[in-house]
Amino acid sequence: MKKVGNHNSISRILLLSLAVMLTFSAKSFSQEGDAAAGKALFNANCAACHKLDAKMTGPALRGVTERHTSEWLHTWIKDSQAMIKSGDAAAVKLFEDNNKAIMPPYPQLSAEDVDNILAYTAEPLPAPTVAAPGAAAQGGGADSGSGVSNAVILGALALVMGILVVMLFLVSSVLKKIVKANGIEAIHKEPTMPIWKAYAKNQFLVLVTVILLMLSGAWVVYGYLMQIGVDQNYAPIQPIHYSHKIHAGENGIDCKYCHSAARTSKNAGIPSLNVCMNCHKSIAEFSGDPDSTYVEYSKEFYTAEIQKLYDAVGWDKDNQKYTGKTKPVKWVRIHNLPDFVYFNHSQHVDVAGLECQKCHGPVENYEIMKQFAPLTMGWCINCHRETNVKMEGNEYYEKIHAELAKKYGKDKLTAAEMGGLECGKCHY
Amino acid sequence: MSSNKKYWKSVEELNQDSSIVEALRNNEFVEAIPTDEFLGDESTLAASSTTRRDFLKYVGFSTAAASLVACEGPVIKSIPYVVQPEQIIPGIADFYATSMFDGFDFANLLVKTREGRPIKIENNTLEGAKFSANARVHASILSLYDSLRLKEPKMQGKTASWNTVNTKVKESLADAKAQGKQVVLLTNTLASPSTEKLVGEFIAANSTAKHVVYDAVSSSAALDAFQAAYGERGLIDYDFFKADTIVGIGADFLGDWQGGGYDAGYAKGRVPRNGKMSKHFQFESNMSLAGAAADKRIAMTAAQQKLALVHIYNVVTGANVSVSLDKKFEAEVNKAAQQLKASGSKGLVVCGIEDKNAQLLVLAINSALNSEASVGAGIRQIRKGSNEMMNQFLADLKAGSVHTVIMSGVNPAYSLPNAKEFVDGLKKANLSVSITLKEDETALASTIAIGTTHYLESWNDLMLTKGTYSLTQPTINPLFKQTKQLQEILLDWTGNQTSYYDYLKANSGTYSSGMSWNKIVHDGFAVGTPATIGTASADFGSAASALAQSAVKVPMELVLYTKTGLGDGQQANNPWLQEFPDPITRVSWDNYVTVSKADAEAKDLVNFHVANGGLNGSYVTLTVDGVKLENIPVIIQPGQAIGTIGLAFGYGKKAALKEEMQVGVNAYALYKNFNNVQSVSIEKTAGDHEFACVQLQKTLMGRGDIIKETTLEIFNTKDAKEWNIQPMVSLDHNPVKAVEVDLWTSFDRSIGPHFNLSVDLNACTGCGACVIACHAENNVPVVGKSEIRRSRDMHWLRIDRYYSSETTFEGDNEKKDGFDGLFGDKGSLGGFGQLEHASENPQVAFQPVMCQHCNHAPCETVCPVAATSHGRQGQNQMAYNRCVGTRYCANNCPYKVRRFNWFLYSKNNEFDYHMNDDLGRMVLNPDVNVRSRGVMEKCSMCIQMTQLTILTAKREGRVIKDGEFQTACSAACSSGAMVFGDINDKESKVAKLLEDDRMYHLLEHVGTKPNVQYHVKVRNT
Repeated sequence: MKKVGNHNSISRILLLSLAVMLTFSAKSFSQEGDAAAGKALFNANCAACHKLDAKMTGPALRGVTERHTSEWLHTWIKDSQAMIKSGDAAAVKLFEDNNKAIMPPYPQLSAEDVDNILAYTAEPLPAPTVAAPGAAAQGGGADSGSGVSNAVILGALALVMGILVVMLFLVSSVLKKIVKANGIEAIHKEPTMPIWKAYAKNQFLVLVTVILLMLSGAWVVYGYLMQIGVDQNYAPIQPIHYSHKIHAGENGIDCKYCHSAARTSKNAGIPSLNVCMNCHKSIAEFSGDPDSTYVEYSKEFYTAEIQKLYDAVGWDKDNQKYTGKTKPVKWVRIHNLPDFVYFNHSQHVDVAGLECQKCHGPVENYEIMKQFAPLTMGWCINCHRETNVKMEGNEYYEKIHAELAKKYGKDKLTAAEMGGLECGKCHY
Repeated sequence: MSSNKKYWKSVEELNQDSSIVEALRNNEFVEAIPTDEFLGDESTLAASSTTRRDFLKYVGFSTAAASLVACEGPVIKSIPYVVQPEQIIPGIADFYATSMFDGFDFANLLVKTREGRPIKIENNTLEGAKFSANARVHASILSLYDSLRLKEPKMQGKTASWNTVNTKVKESLADAKAQGKQVVLLTNTLASPSTEKLVGEFIAANSTAKHVVYDAVSSSAALDAFQAAYGERGLIDYDFFKADTIVGIGADFLGDWQGGGYDAGYAKGRVPRNGKMSKHFQFESNMSLAGAAADKRIAMTAAQQKLALVHIYNVVTGANVSVSLDKKFEAEVNKAAQQLKASGSKGLVVCGIEDKNAQLLVLAINSALNSEASVGAGIRQIRKGSNEMMNQFLADLKAGSVHTVIMSGVNPAYSLPNAKEFVDGLKKANLSVSITLKEDETALASTIAIGTTHYLESWNDLMLTKGTYSLTQPTINPLFKQTKQLQEILLDWTGNQTSYYDYLKANSGTYSSGMSWNKIVHDGFAVGTPATIGTASADFGSAASALAQSAVKVPMELVLYTKTGLGDGQQANNPWLQEFPDPITRVSWDNYVTVSKADAEAKDLVNFHVANGGLNGSYVTLTVDGVKLENIPVIIQPGQAIGTIGLAFGYGKKAALKEEMQVGVNAYALYKNFNNVQSVSIEKTAGDHEFACVQLQKTLMGRGDIIKETTLEIFNTKDAKEWNIQPMVSLDHNPVKAVEVDLWTSFDRSIGPHFNLSVDLNACTGCGACVIACHAENNVPVVGKSEIRRSRDMHWLRIDRYYSSETTFEGDNEKKDGFDGLFGDKGSLGGFGQLEHASENPQVAFQPVMCQHCNHAPCETVCPVAATSHGRQGQNQMAYNRCVGTRYCANNCPYKVRRFNWFLYSKNNEFDYHMNDDLGRMVLNPDVNVRSRGVMEKCSMCIQMTQLTILTAKREGRVIKDGEFQTACSAACSSGAMVFGDINDKESKVAKLLEDDRMYHLLEHVGTKPNVQYHVKVRNT
């Protein structure tokens, strides 16, 4: 089973420094209005269809004040359709250019609000930081630096060892010289039996050793055999690098938003790509905070992965259109129960109300998805023995619960006591 | 035995000295493992270059290699939808209501689909859905995935584009029109108002065209008679439930007579309610399903049947047509006629004689009775074929006066008696087009063959009975992109640019009786006001005398019939149907001549069992009017009328069939003048045929108390203890009920559901829908003819058929006591002989047997690895992955319901059936394991279905209602014989059935306490 090593992320610092540049010159422009308030308004009202620097459903809005007059923009935002109907040439052209996507009217925005938004759009594009090459070089330096320090320590230790060995030899030769000089004969002992021979002669010891060896051998073999087919921690490389950490962790998307079938079906289901597009229609590039600890790859890397999604689903992000050319994604299956086991997600997720994490682990922390549980029968059975069935408020269980509670003399009942250990419940 | 009768399954069992019967009775596995075959031959062993040490080396190496390979797990890819259709959730089945009619079978259905592929046929249970699926309709789902379907248009045997084909046909049509030459559109019965309208438009566009309707198995006589009486072509949709006295004359109305589908109504009237049930007389020559269900069955030749019909006509209407009925039948026919007359409007006569006069008499008798089952019944439109028009067409074709022939849904090159003449005639036509599912005999003989879509891929509407409107909707995109349905093709050829869907939708308003289109698509049908018929009027008198005169005695009559498995033969490439054992003969993978014992003895024809239990039979050659059919195997059929033989249609097909399915002989060759009764000469030929017959297999070790039956009189008058005897045993020298003696501590089954399956022997007609439904639901493999012959069939559910002598042994004793002298009516000389004809006219009982799910299961205690164990819901569970294949359980099962996988049946070229190709495997149920070699399997009481029902209820937080729990067999059973449910729910149907007086358990005295109930068969004799 292949595992993915840590990605060699070099320019993390580079990304960090980018963000600093964003807070330049708030009021340096001639436009009236508060850009900070405008940003909040923009995110609340416009961001669903517009970006500052890229086309989405609507056009990119940075510098829109240079393309149209302020009055024109005010009228347009208040009620674009009325403007188109009135035959305003610029309005009609804009409408046609954007696939006749209708922009809803915003009568709730005051003139001041619109000014604020326009002020926000008028902010210049922050210049990319020039610190990049330096940061990269620094990173490389630090890397080799830590390598040197280890080598130094090891070298020093080796040196010490060498000196010690030399010293021993010196001491030995000095002593020999003294012996020679003094004319003392070295004492010769009677040759005794070597220890291995003595051991081999003691049959009891041999027997005990053999037994111990066999037992430990059997233990090793058993352990080896038992893990065949158990793919715990299996983390294959997927065709698209999908980070559960970003989606479920940082963004807090509920597991069942994407794996919706877990509520109703036996399969949790790998989400179809149209589910991805619910969000990724407007998230074309990675815009996470580079400061965050969860970002393990570069911004470009993540953005490229999003592009892979677009290629698969056939989304032309420049024209905001589906091309109709799709390439289904061949995910590598991680959790794979054998055919002779029937497992139903909805039974566990919907009826029992278990957290997904109970079996799948802290997925929200996984940058790369892996199999958390061993998925062996012993593991299943153990849980069935220990877990109490959630019966409250479920009319199905009312009668059964009353009768079982009477039978076992307790209020809480485990899945095993419900019959959850019977072979036929999972094998058919 | 409660009724003191002797039961037997095979004629062989009547032979007291048969060693094979004994062997089959005592051995679960008839053949010992043939170790001798490879160890017994010492010279070969000595000559072998492989020494013992080499052998061990190989074993060691392969074991090591296998374990090394096992260490590397395979990488499995999962590919989700790009855009998931809203209604599809992987893992959840969707059901679509549809209706089907393929020219022979018809039904209102629910199709179960998983991830977009249809996997099972269910009955549409909405009120108003009239026709439920028979075995063939259940199996039709597999015909969708037939790998030998015609996948693209072909011209002269070579693949052609749609453009070429369309141009060619349009040119030919224009040419015919210009020259004023005949164009014939030859189709099966369409029964579809929109298609018929479309055909009308096609005819209008091509002034020289005509539409000929052809049914492979003709009902033309009945249609002609109906037309004479009511002025339109149709068949009567009898309601058998309304009849108290039913007289069937050569009509297998529980089989395919006039389309079949009468079992539900019939079976309802056969279950005793308030001490009453219908009485059924059957006069017939072949042993049919209807004959098997009859209270009184009289085997007679077709000529005698005609006379019997006239006699009944005389009695009921008071007419006086002279008939010369055989003396030995007079009393019985008279009794039936008198009872019929006495029943008045509660009487019903049906008749299967292919003679317009006979069919007219049926109308006359039912009208005279004012029969509620017939007068006021609906009109079936599922057969429209006219022999006259077909003969005219064939004559025209022969004369070369047909310019263009377009055929759809028919295969005349196979199903015509003079097929060769037809093929020659086809060559004379300028252009012949065959629109067909398979590249069959006709497609091969046509200039152009066009692949059409299966009904599960098509839109259509149906009017099965006049005034009721059903819709056919696709449940999957066409599997083969180059196939088109007939209607799309016709639209194109008439220059109409609309799609058939739009055409159909626009047209549906006329028939929808105010229902919205979406509602009809959802329900599958629109409940309208069905048309009904009144009393008939025609010249019945002359019909009666004409019929009486036409009853000519011939030396030997051949009665052609359709089998429950293959029907008219359209689905011959369907392994489920080929392996389905005929309900009466229990023979699979064959058709054969059925002869009576007397005729067999006269012609020296034999059936005998060989050492492995397989049945062999003699061959005969049949000659009808100069046409010879050679080497047909013979089955000696108890109850076959002396002087008649039977032969089934649907076999002997060669084109577009896998080699294994090319079995039997083509009986259509003898179907002269579309008459199912022919004068025949029969001759024995050399050799023995090896049958795959299961009738002697899986016998219950010679134990009694298998079938319990009684008569209505005893049932009504005596206490249940007398006719449903409880087995008693001695405990401490006191008699106690066998079920009360117990070595075991019982499971606590009081909590949660406790399942029971109830089988009513009175309602079971042996139709076999349950067997095929079980196949589809549980991925039961097909094993092939030679394996079946070795008793290795895999059917989880079998329908045992038992014969019994009509008279009880008491009756025999009475008769013996009454002997008076040597000669005369009471003479002992002839009398003793009469006692012994057990197989001449036996009574028949069907008994579906599946795993009995014993509460004290003998199989569980002998399993060394605990692979089979008990659940508290009453199901005996089988963990396949745990099974090591010792087969102890099968040996210890008193009911013989466990099946062993002798081979790997999927992805194995040795078993080239549906599980061996990618297409065929699409029918597999993903919720049920496909078992591997060396594993024991058996009925699971559809635990996947019961578990799903429980889960659904849990998710919805509600209590389960009665009727929600189903098994595949109980859901397929349209006769109401099988009821499934939870006996812990005291209000449920099955809990009440458990308390019924008629309830008994199979082999009760063994003490296994099964969870399958049977209900004593009551005969109205």
